[in-house]
Amino acid sequence: MTVYLLLIYEFLKIGIFSVGGGLATLPFLYDLASKDYGWFSAQSLADMLAVSESTPGPMGVNMATYAGFHAGGILGGIVATLALAVPGIVIIIIIYKFLEKFKDNKYVNGVFYALHPAVGALITLAVLQVYQTSFLTEETPYILPLHFVVFAVLLVGKLLLNKKKKLHPVLIIVIGAVLGAALGL
Amino acid sequence: MKEFLDLYMTFFRVGLFTFGGGMAMLPMLTKEIVEDKKWATTDEILNYFAIGQCTPGIIAINTATFIGTKRKGAVGGVVATLGMISPSLIIILVIAAVLSQIMEYPIVGHIFAGIRVGVAVLVTEALIGILKSGIKDIFGVIFYGIILAFCLIFDPSPVYVVLIGIVVGVARIKLIDKKGGEKK
Repeated sequence: MTVYLLLIYEFLKIGIFSVGGGLATLPFLYDLASKDYGWFSAQSLADMLAVSESTPGPMGVNMATYAGFHAGGILGGIVATLALAVPGIVIIIIIYKFLEKFKDNKYVNGVFYALHPAVGALITLAVLQVYQTSFLTEETPYILPLHFVVFAVLLVGKLLLNKKKKLHPVLIIVIGAVLGAALGL
Repeated sequence: MKEFLDLYMTFFRVGLFTFGGGMAMLPMLTKEIVEDKKWATTDEILNYFAIGQCTPGIIAINTATFIGTKRKGAVGGVVATLGMISPSLIIILVIAAVLSQIMEYPIVGHIFAGIRVGVAVLVTEALIGILKSGIKDIFGVIFYGIILAFCLIFDPSPVYVVLIGIVVGVARIKLIDKKGGEKK
């Protein structure tokens, strides 16, 4: 029982203090690995990260489920994930009500007007990070040629087809998976 | 009741096809929420991302809560978020409990590498849509360029970027007011 209470406590904390994308949870998870709970090691955390990045589901949620499972089995995974989500849910519901009240306020609208290009820049950075995991590497030759060709062909094809018929995102993921297996990406 | 089920299932699909960080949910959000269900506009999703960058909790959860709350109040927010996290719970628990060796097969690695290329295609397309919707005038172009350069050089926490956006947004309104409001 104690392990579940500890999981709730620790993952509520992570839910409150990790601000931004799923990677923001990582420092807290490494901190957990170094505590003497004995839930998981820093090494197994690295393996969890690799799995969480490539399996379905947002990475931060996957990491919580995985870490919770290591600490307390299936129930541990469920408890950790729910605890991670609760602070965000509560705070966003409150902010939403607040926003509704001020949605015609010119300062609120002015702030969002300026925030859109700024968030566009942040999303651009996130996309560059996605490139890094899909066809760019840290060491020379920097670009994985086969990966990049598949990327370019799929992107141009999808954009050209958009005028006629928008392909569903899931179809692109399936095509990617098939090509990955067929070409040995 | 049917609407809550729809909310849950829609976000279940978004969660199921989000591979990677929170931004990877953008293509599915655009398709399912903006284009198909019309529960939010691209501009609203940009608002939610801006708020999600500087509030507690990871972006994927924050965005799901926002759209769910907009649709069906607080309960809707909870239901949408549960839909978003359900695929993670199911898939990760299965992998952790029974399939931990599956990741070691080379073919699985190739499939995931291919999926990552597919995700790169989708987020590129989503980014184009976001920039088209979010950058409306010369102010937007310049501010986007400045923030992008600032981030590439200094790698700041997104919280600072949002704070700068807030300051500039308020200053811009003050400036327009001073000019006697010849612009809107």
